[in-house]
Order: sequence, then C-alpha cells, then structure tokens
Amino acid sequence: MQSSELETNKIRKDFPILTRKINGKPFVYLDNASTTQKPLSVINKIVNYYSFYNSNIHRAVYDIAEEATHAYELTRQKVCKFINANSPQEIIFTRNATEAINLVSYTWGRQNIKNGDLIILSEQEHHSNIVPWQILAKEKNAGIKYLKIDETGNLNLNELEFYLKNNNTKLISLCHMSNALGNIIPIKKIIDLAHTYNIPVFVDGAQSVPHLTTDVISLDCDFLAFSAHKMLGPTGVGILYGKKKILEGMNPFICGGDMIKEVHKENTFFNDLPYKFEAGTPNIADVIGFSSALEYLNEIGMDHIRNHEVELTKYAIEKMSELKQMKLYGDNNLQNRGGIISFNLGDIHPHDLATILNEHSIAIRSGHHCAQVLMEKLDVSATSRISFYIYNTKEEINIFINALGEAIRLFQL
Amino acid sequence: MSDDIYREIILDHYRNPRNKGKIDNADVVIHDSNPLCGDQIDIYLNVVEGQIKDIKFDGKGCAISQASASMLTEMVMDKPLTTAKDISKDDVLENIGLTNLGPARIKCALLSLKVLKMGMVKYYTDKEPTTAEEMEKDSNLF
Repeated sequence: MQSSELETNKIRKDFPILTRKINGKPFVYLDNASTTQKPLSVINKIVNYYSFYNSNIHRAVYDIAEEATHAYELTRQKVCKFINANSPQEIIFTRNATEAINLVSYTWGRQNIKNGDLIILSEQEHHSNIVPWQILAKEKNAGIKYLKIDETGNLNLNELEFYLKNNNTKLISLCHMSNALGNIIPIKKIIDLAHTYNIPVFVDGAQSVPHLTTDVISLDCDFLAFSAHKMLGPTGVGILYGKKKILEGMNPFICGGDMIKEVHKENTFFNDLPYKFEAGTPNIADVIGFSSALEYLNEIGMDHIRNHEVELTKYAIEKMSELKQMKLYGDNNLQNRGGIISFNLGDIHPHDLATILNEHSIAIRSGHHCAQVLMEKLDVSATSRISFYIYNTKEEINIFINALGEAIRLFQL
Repeated sequence: MSDDIYREIILDHYRNPRNKGKIDNADVVIHDSNPLCGDQIDIYLNVVEGQIKDIKFDGKGCAISQASASMLTEMVMDKPLTTAKDISKDDVLENIGLTNLGPARIKCALLSLKVLKMGMVKYYTDKEPTTAEEMEKDSNLF
C-alpha cells in the first residue's frame, strides 16, 4: 500500500535504522517533528569527511583543508538555493534553530528593542521562540503580546493588525508550522501585512522548511530559522537566514576566531557576512553531511513530500476518528496543516500511551512539546503526537491504530 | 509489560486518587514538576508534634505519577514526618509494584517522594536548620 506520491519501499531502503526491530517488532518511527532519521548518503558523507579530508576550514593552504572548505561552503550554496535566498552571505550556520533565534534576539534585539516596545508572538510558539524574547523584553523593559489561537489552532489576523497599528510594535516572530498542532499559518499574508507597517517578521521555520517548499524571496521574510536534523540532516546544524541589509547592521553574537578581519590590542575589525556570525571552528562534518540531505530532498521534490504527508495525515485522521474517546487537535482542513497529529485518548495520559506504544515498537512523542503556553490554552497538561516524513507508510499507521486499540483495552476505556 | 504496569491497582489509584486535594492553612505546601513530562505534584502537610496529621496531594500527570503520589500519602499518613527521610526509591517502587521501570518513567514514579522529602526539609528549615541540612544531605533525591 504505497503512497501514490512517493516510492516509500525504495526510500525506506536508504535508512538503515528502519531495519531495526524493537521488542521483536519492526520499528515504526512517528516522531519526525522532533527529529528525522538519516539516509545512508548523509551518514556516509560524514564518515567520508572524517576518513579522508578531516581538517579545519577557512585557514590552512594544504589540499585537504581546501577540500573541506569547499565542501562546507558548497553546503551553504545548496541551502541558499533550497530556500531561494539571494546570496550565500545570507546563510549563517548555527547549532540549531534555537541558536538562530537567540542570535537575533541577542544582536538585532538588543540594538533595536527599547523600553516600552512590543514583540508579537503567538500562543502556539515553541519555547525557543518565546524564552529568548522574554529575556530580551525583561532586560529592555519591553512587552510581549501573544496572538490568540482559536480552538483549531488558527490565528486571527484582525488581532495582528490591531498590534501592527500600535507604534510600539517592533517585531513579529511566528512559527510557520506549529510543532504541537501542525497548523500552518498564512505566513505570506502576515509578512505582507506587517511590512505595510514596516515591522520586520522572524519566521521560525523549524517545522515548515523540512516539509514545504520555502522561497524567502517570495515570502519576503526578514529572518528565517530552521534545523538540519529535522530534514534528514545531522544534529548540531541550524540555519539562520537574514536579509543581507539587516545582517550587515547587526553586531556579532559569539566572538572569537574566524569572525574577525583584524584584531589589535584596542579594537577589532569584524569579518564580512556570513563569517561575522560564525566564530570558532564550526560543526564542519555535520554541515558537510547536511548537503547530502538537501540533495536527497531535492531529488524527491518538496511538492511530492508535501502531498505524501497530506495523504498520510488524511488516512491517519480518518482511522483515529473511528476510535472511541479520541480527541484530535488542530485544523480539520488538511491544507492548513502539516503531517503532525496531536491527540488524547480518553483519560490515558500521553506518557502512559507512549509507554504502551513503545512495546509495539512505535515511537511517538508525548508531553507538552515545548509548547506549554499552548497546552495552557488547550487546557491540557500534555498531548500525544505523531508526525510523518518521507519514509512513513499507511501500513505503519495501521500498526499504530492497532496498538491504540490495545491501549484502550488496557485502560478499559 | 504494559499489562504489568497498568494493573488494576494503578488504574484504581489513578482514577480514584486517595488524599487528593488541598489543605487550607497547611503547615507546609511544596510543589515540583518533572520538566521532561510536565507531571506536577503539590503536597500539603499538617504536622503536629512531628507527626503527619494530614497529607494531601494535588497534581496532574500520567497514571504512574498520580497513582504513586496517591499510594505515598497512604503510606505516610499518621507517621512521623521524619519517616520521609528513610523512605528509599526502592520502597516506593515496591509499594506501587513497579520495580522494573525504565529510566524515563522511573522519574514519574518518584516525583511525589521527591516532593515529600522537599516538604520535610522545608518544614525543618524553619524549626531546626541544622537537622534540615542533615536531612538534605542524607537524601539522594536532590
């Protein structure tokens, strides 16, 4: 029962981890919003770097150092192309999306947010898109406003416009796709609206970039953050995209080697973009490995990935809805959501459910999903969450549904 | 294994928790949570001459954390508060009948014991600071 869009049988062969058995049963991985599995090409790319051209970049003149530098910078070019940025200078490698948000809050934020200013977030933000702004706001005596979401997780654009009309509003920072509900917000509309009031928009793309075609020129976002490990790449690599003009005006974040042009006893001239923001030896191996992930995704095509996930989500929601005491969260309109389904089953706590599913070798996420503000809004302490990627199949959803039946039996629902 | 964990007694304490609620004017109120899961436990204590005269817990979380808290309140009701010092992790796990929990879920089972021990230390910090320090040192849950 293959998806009409993707040859999952073929794809699955590229992922060694999917051959594992846990508790004697085939491994079903449904926690892709947390991190994705890695194809052999990514793993081999990293092994190959360490085996044959391990060296530091941007410094030495010998051959393998040039190979390493070339491979590292090639990834930057691929990222640039993947999100359709104007220039590789607008692509900054960080440790993860979280660090990318922190980079902007520490530099741009401290230069531009002042006493009495407002930062606009929403109730469905990940902690990483709340806490850095909270710390900044406290330091500067600025305020944070949270756009409310309705019961299906959708924003009210009238409320946004209300804040945009407030002269104190200085930044909008929103996730394009909610990591807990999967809701996709009308980000293009929001950016256009914000720009009519000259307010910059930071897009947390941690969940959207791995699953949707991203075009920063067409979106016109001012910043975009995402993580390699949520899109087949290695952990330890995040990306900050920023418009060149804005990045140029920003102070450095972490300081040290590689981010400088000249250092004297009294002062330092900083390096050009993007190196100004990449101090010290970066995560060379994993950045290089990420290039293979981008190649893999490009080969399949982001549109096909999106269609595959819509198909799986539709199938899963249909099957899950048939179960008694099933509470599903998020928007029913599949066009407004990604391949993420948050739910609760009767009074079974998500952690208990995850424990039961683990015995069926099914990996799901349970808890507050680093979105406690959202959990408060939904008035739950936690939800269970499944999330899909290119290798997931309808068979796996059937296994998952059967295991839910087992949980219903155990808890005598 | 799920059948071993989610036995009748766990489900009973989860759905019909004993000593659940708040105590007005409690001598000690203490709260902690498990950042991994978001399980939350508040413990309210009334202490008379060193004896736990009343204990209630409030909280939200998984069956293991809530059933464990419920059973712990029954275990220490009317006992000296210092009993909390001597209760080990294994005592709690044996009490609830879950001795082979994995590292992730064991924190759920032990959260209420941690909160009770914190409550004991808090109670004695005002009255006998040196005793409280000793207790804090003795306890391996902090």
